[in-house]
Amino acid sequence: MKNSFQFSKYTFQLLAFIRKEFYHVFRDRRTLLILFGLPIVQIVLFGFALSSEVKNIGIAVMDNAQDVPSEQIINKIQSSSYFQLKKQVINYKDIENRFKQGEIKCALIFPSHFGSDLYKPEGSKIQLIVDASDPNTATIVTNYLNNIIGNYQQELNPAAKMNYQIIPQVRQLYNEEQNGSLNFIPGVISLIFMIVSTALTSVAVVREKELGTMEILLVSPFKPIMVLIAKAVPYLVLSLIDFIIILVLSVFLLDVEIKGSLLLIFAESILFIITCLSLGLLISNVTASQQTAMLISMMGMMLPTLLLTGFMFPLENMPKIFQWISNILPSKYYYAIIKAVMLKGLGFSYIWKETLILAGMAAGLLFVALKNFKIRL
Amino acid sequence: MKTLLFILQKEFRQILRDRTILSMMFFAPVMQLIILPMAANFEVKNVNIAYVDHDHSSYSEQLENKIASSGYFKIVAAPSSFKEGMELIEFGKADLVLEIPSGFEKNLIREGAQEVNLSVDAINGTKSSLGGVYLVQVMNDFNKNLDVNIKLPNGQIAQNAKITVESTNWYNPRAEYKYYMVPGILVLLLTMIGGFITALNIVKEKEIGTIEQINVTPIKKWQFILGKLIPFWIIGLIVFTLGLTVMYVVYGIFPQGSLWALYLFAAVYLIALLGLGLLISTFADTQLQAMFIAYFFMMIFMLMSGFFTSIDSMPDWAKTMSDFTPVTHFIKVVRLIVLKGAGLADLGTELLYISLFGIALNGFAIWNYRKTT
Repeated sequence: MKNSFQFSKYTFQLLAFIRKEFYHVFRDRRTLLILFGLPIVQIVLFGFALSSEVKNIGIAVMDNAQDVPSEQIINKIQSSSYFQLKKQVINYKDIENRFKQGEIKCALIFPSHFGSDLYKPEGSKIQLIVDASDPNTATIVTNYLNNIIGNYQQELNPAAKMNYQIIPQVRQLYNEEQNGSLNFIPGVISLIFMIVSTALTSVAVVREKELGTMEILLVSPFKPIMVLIAKAVPYLVLSLIDFIIILVLSVFLLDVEIKGSLLLIFAESILFIITCLSLGLLISNVTASQQTAMLISMMGMMLPTLLLTGFMFPLENMPKIFQWISNILPSKYYYAIIKAVMLKGLGFSYIWKETLILAGMAAGLLFVALKNFKIRL
Repeated sequence: MKTLLFILQKEFRQILRDRTILSMMFFAPVMQLIILPMAANFEVKNVNIAYVDHDHSSYSEQLENKIASSGYFKIVAAPSSFKEGMELIEFGKADLVLEIPSGFEKNLIREGAQEVNLSVDAINGTKSSLGGVYLVQVMNDFNKNLDVNIKLPNGQIAQNAKITVESTNWYNPRAEYKYYMVPGILVLLLTMIGGFITALNIVKEKEIGTIEQINVTPIKKWQFILGKLIPFWIIGLIVFTLGLTVMYVVYGIFPQGSLWALYLFAAVYLIALLGLGLLISTFADTQLQAMFIAYFFMMIFMLMSGFFTSIDSMPDWAKTMSDFTPVTHFIKVVRLIVLKGAGLADLGTELLYISLFGIALNGFAIWNYRKTT
């Protein structure tokens, strides 16, 4: 009898405290606005503004030949959407200057006897100068131009037919329509969780320390664990709201098809949120000021999450040591899970390993956070 | 002037007293600059291929060798069916499945053409899509070699038009990614330090209430603001210097252009950034808010600045947005000066842009700053 009475007393207390935390959160309109604005802006920018495609590359031509073939090639370049033809260059100095102003990324130089050399045994030579400071664009530019010129050459030689041809039939698995949004949505989701659950939580606790109200909480008959739980619940709810916003936007704005089971996606997301919350609580326990907590959770955690999760840069290319480091980042596993379930439509049997690791991390972090929770400040 | 000196003394004491923040301000950017460029690598290599060969002929083996030796690919498995290849993709072990049908060699010789199936894991971002493109290239190369074997004897080739493209890579002959990434990351780190810390510092005084004590003193608005900005301006320049040192010592990148130009831009840029931090602090009441507003802008800046993706390929509205982002201009300037040796003469417009940002942001911040709450 007494036990059940105690139990209901605790639940009642807990509910009261959770309500207090909700008040804290909902009273701060500006933070809320940003909290919900952030995923929306990110989805719109990633979906409509950013693309890994390379288009409108500034190109300048130095045409020493001024004959029909050179003009035909220039016309081809002009009509291609990959390039934007800029004013002709006169000499190499001019090319250098325009590289330095960032106006062009490549320059094409036709020798003076371009057209007449075409049918000589050695053929004609075109010189291509590429600004390789961005190696990726440089490779793509070289490929595009080689293609354009190669096609032109083939048009000149209609008789020469390729004898043998292996024709690749390319199938884009999981993404037949080539919807570019699929690549970044899992990344955006993990980032938002890291921000809301880790950064916000850590700051929320330290804030009470800094303002001195923590002292009041600690001398109350309220159990320390309950303090942590009450702190975490509102952020769990906020994270889930953000998650739903992202899902709705992806489906209706970006036409992303959610292939796997929604229930599984939500369950895995809650697991990841709990991991992030535990991390946030841990940070808040070991730091004394909001500034330190923010610096650790924003500057210290954000970039590694962005870079080592594998959603911006391929993990396999990195030095071995980073691949090891990435193994201790919870976001790596969540990213893999979300990709597999949401976009590929795979079931639990494909992701149980990641789930187990994530659950282990959550338990471990929570344990350490509780251990480090100081009853005296 | 004397008042300003006293305020500066107070600010420096406060900053130097907090060891954690101090070390975070200097240590974190240096560490990140050392570590991140190694991670931020768009280079595509080690694309994992599952090679399903139903033909087992000499040509299909030649093709396999050609792919394996191209340097981009790793043939992780040679499963006997497409289904097994698919499973490798599902478990993330392979990025592409290339399926060679049976009769591949026979059809190639008899009919001159043969289709092969290439299935790309299209969710796996740059790696798979670029991997697919590379694989098609490797196959085209393979085609050409086959052509040469057959065609040369009849001697027809010499009469055809022939164009060779000789390409040269300027500024980064070996096409190494670090040259592009390191200056960009340096700018981002400087932006974070400049934008975040100022905003946080002022709001902290608001939150703790010490700002009231300053507000009731005869300290003038401009004195208070300068007192807050100058220390962080100096810290920003120190961080920038540390960053340049790391860039040289660790990555061997020494600015091609003049250091003076670089510092001039950094100094002006920091003023603009500190103005942004100040502006944020006038809008925020708590450090939490300040951090979030700062983070919000930082995120947009980072994405729109051309650090990750090319600005040229953005739609027009996004280009305009990118133009209104101070980071865009500073990243461009730093890359141009460090990599290409651009001078002030080339960058006049950019200097104008960054100065305008400085004036606008600081002006707005000062206008919006109130001594009364």
